[in-house]
Amino acid sequence: MDVADRVLAVIEAHRHDRGALLPILHGLQAEFGYIDQSVIPLLAKELNLSRADVHGVVTFYRDFRSEPPGRVTVLLCRAEACQAVGAEELVAHAERTIAKIGQTAGNVTLDQVFCLGNCALGPAAQINGRLHGRLTPHELDAAIADQTREESS
Amino acid sequence: MTTVHVPRDSAARSAGADEVAAAFARHPDVRVVRNGSRGMLWLEPLVEVTTDHGRVGYGPVTPDRVPELLDAIRAGADHDLHLGPVDDLPWMRAQNRICLARVGVTDPLSTTDYENHGGIKGLRRALDIGPEATVAEVTESGLRGRGGAGFPAGIKWKTVADTPGELKFVCCNADEGDSGTFADRMLLEGDPFCLIEGMTIAAHAVGATEGYIYIRSEYPDAVTTFRRAVDIAYAHNWLGEDILGRGLRFDLHVRVGAGAYICGEETSMLESLEGKRGVVRAKPPIPAITGLFGRPTVVNNVLTLASVPRILADGGTAYHKLGVERSRGTQVFQLAGNVKHGGVFETDFGISLRDLVEHHGGGTRSGRPVRAVQVGGPLGAYIPESGLDLPMDYEKFAEAGAMLGHGGIVVFDDTVDMAAMARFAFEFCAEESCGKCTPCRVGAVRGVEVIDRITGGEDPDANMALLNDLCDLMTDGSLCAMGGLTPNPVRSALLHFADDFTPRRATS
Ligand SMILES: Cc1cc2nc3c(=O)[nH]c(=O)nc-3n(C[C@H](O)[C@H](O)[C@H](O)COP(=O)(O)O)c2cc1C
Ligand code: SF4
Ligand code: FES
Repeated sequence: MDVADRVLAVIEAHRHDRGALLPILHGLQAEFGYIDQSVIPLLAKELNLSRADVHGVVTFYRDFRSEPPGRVTVLLCRAEACQAVGAEELVAHAERTIAKIGQTAGNVTLDQVFCLGNCALGPAAQINGRLHGRLTPHELDAAIADQTREESS
Repeated sequence: MTTVHVPRDSAARSAGADEVAAAFARHPDVRVVRNGSRGMLWLEPLVEVTTDHGRVGYGPVTPDRVPELLDAIRAGADHDLHLGPVDDLPWMRAQNRICLARVGVTDPLSTTDYENHGGIKGLRRALDIGPEATVAEVTESGLRGRGGAGFPAGIKWKTVADTPGELKFVCCNADEGDSGTFADRMLLEGDPFCLIEGMTIAAHAVGATEGYIYIRSEYPDAVTTFRRAVDIAYAHNWLGEDILGRGLRFDLHVRVGAGAYICGEETSMLESLEGKRGVVRAKPPIPAITGLFGRPTVVNNVLTLASVPRILADGGTAYHKLGVERSRGTQVFQLAGNVKHGGVFETDFGISLRDLVEHHGGGTRSGRPVRAVQVGGPLGAYIPESGLDLPMDYEKFAEAGAMLGHGGIVVFDDTVDMAAMARFAFEFCAEESCGKCTPCRVGAVRGVEVIDRITGGEDPDANMALLNDLCDLMTDGSLCAMGGLTPNPVRSALLHFADDFTPRRATS
């Protein structure tokens, strides 16, 4: 299937949803890993919206990436409850050893998040959708290494 | 055959519950049930073994200890992880679990478990007594919204019920963005049918045929579990065309947020559900009259709706007997941050903050003194240790310039830098503002700068005056509570921890 067909298949799956744009964007991100600028005109046409509207929605939400992420995405919680148990130290460690928040280095994308619902077991992180808690810098490194190994096997 | 319960709550999984469950499953004579979490998160993975004396707890269990643990269990021998019958633990006994009655007890996706533990009774009774009497029960119960604002649920439902419309909606707000809160998540993962039942009762009460739940994307496990629960509920006639064979029609759709805190604000959530940017709407019109796609809409928090089945089953009066003053029933408090015993604790309103933090929470995890506690999420005030005797009551908190919000309690020890926390409040607001109004969008950015100047020793008096003006402006000039309440954490930090705002000498 070429890109346009894959995009259309995602749109088709949500054609009858009310206010379908968000479910479609989630679907596209699941399919491609990010939302490529080039799909916006097609989305706009199929959903009968203006390009500006679609672009506005894509850029409003933090989840929708404009570039492909690494194979491993690390979201570090920086909200208050995790700050109370050393989240900022963990962020500093990750920025030193991996990449700046919001950037990708090699296989790993580092990003921040405000709360993962693991606030009694902070500092928390989500690595490729999986929740981690009470992380020390060492455990964070190990968890990322495990995930990297899993993704490349 | 030995039956063991190993939670599959995502917090328990973050502590290694999957590995523990796998280690038990390797033994052919062990039946593993994946329950929700009891909410004693410092004990996770908390394993429960079914015995003649009830369910006996062991925790925190690691996979390598599973074989010796099984040996001890079979031999009836003692073990250092042995906790005793879980229902008798002080943390469990001191609670009054209404909303969370089944969470951690049952298999979240078993309809049999659900019915055996009192589920579906509330819906049956609601169908028996009819929509009007259902609304009356909820009003009678005194139930107030658990999402933050504390608006009486019965009044909201009545407004929707009284607004004519062919198409009405029930929307559940599961955006749970506040730091320090995770009770919605635990319910979604641990007892999803309870929420489905609550939403169905709401639909019946107000005449709605379609429902949406908006779950934040940061909760992938909750999304998966809830979606499965919805499918099972359809297959079981708890949702769909002819619910319980009683002619009630209600369809429930699961939607996932996309990483915007502001989408927890109800009108922003509705915009997002409509497929738009999550920009806050001006009120009026209120969502109860002009809500999702312009139709009359109930918007309630997860815990509000999950309290409803029990209220209907036992009657509003029984629920109203619990609590104090105008805060009736129970609240699910969440102990988080630097706390020794963190987790969920459901109890009647009126308990003191100190009781929760020091007695049940056991003080800080670091063992250092408690310095500050933030209640009610990022827009809630910081309360100093000396203020912990405050009772958990909506009005008492408001009088003290604080708010209960969604019941999150975040503990900080004496190493916290409160100027940094005040700065963070502005930073967060700048990051999460929907951008509709200037006091919030621009004020938050200015706030960060002003605090930097104060702690940098740049004309502190003038900048302190500026900071106060900025707080006034945001309080008075913001369209919603995002900008309007951001001054709460800032002002309380200034008031109680003024020393932290004195200029710092550069360290190098
Ligand atoms: C910035 C902001 C964020 C909010 N986030 C949430 C949230 O995550 N969950 C929630 O239930 N209510 C949240 N609320 C409150 C909702 O606007 C609304 O009052 C609530 O969903 C109504 O349900 P309830 O009456 O059952 O509490 C938020 C409000 C504001 C101003
Ligand atoms: S106060 Fe902030 S979040 Fe609320 S409407 Fe205004 S800009 Fe948007
Ligand atoms: S504050 Fe980090 S998980 Fe909630």
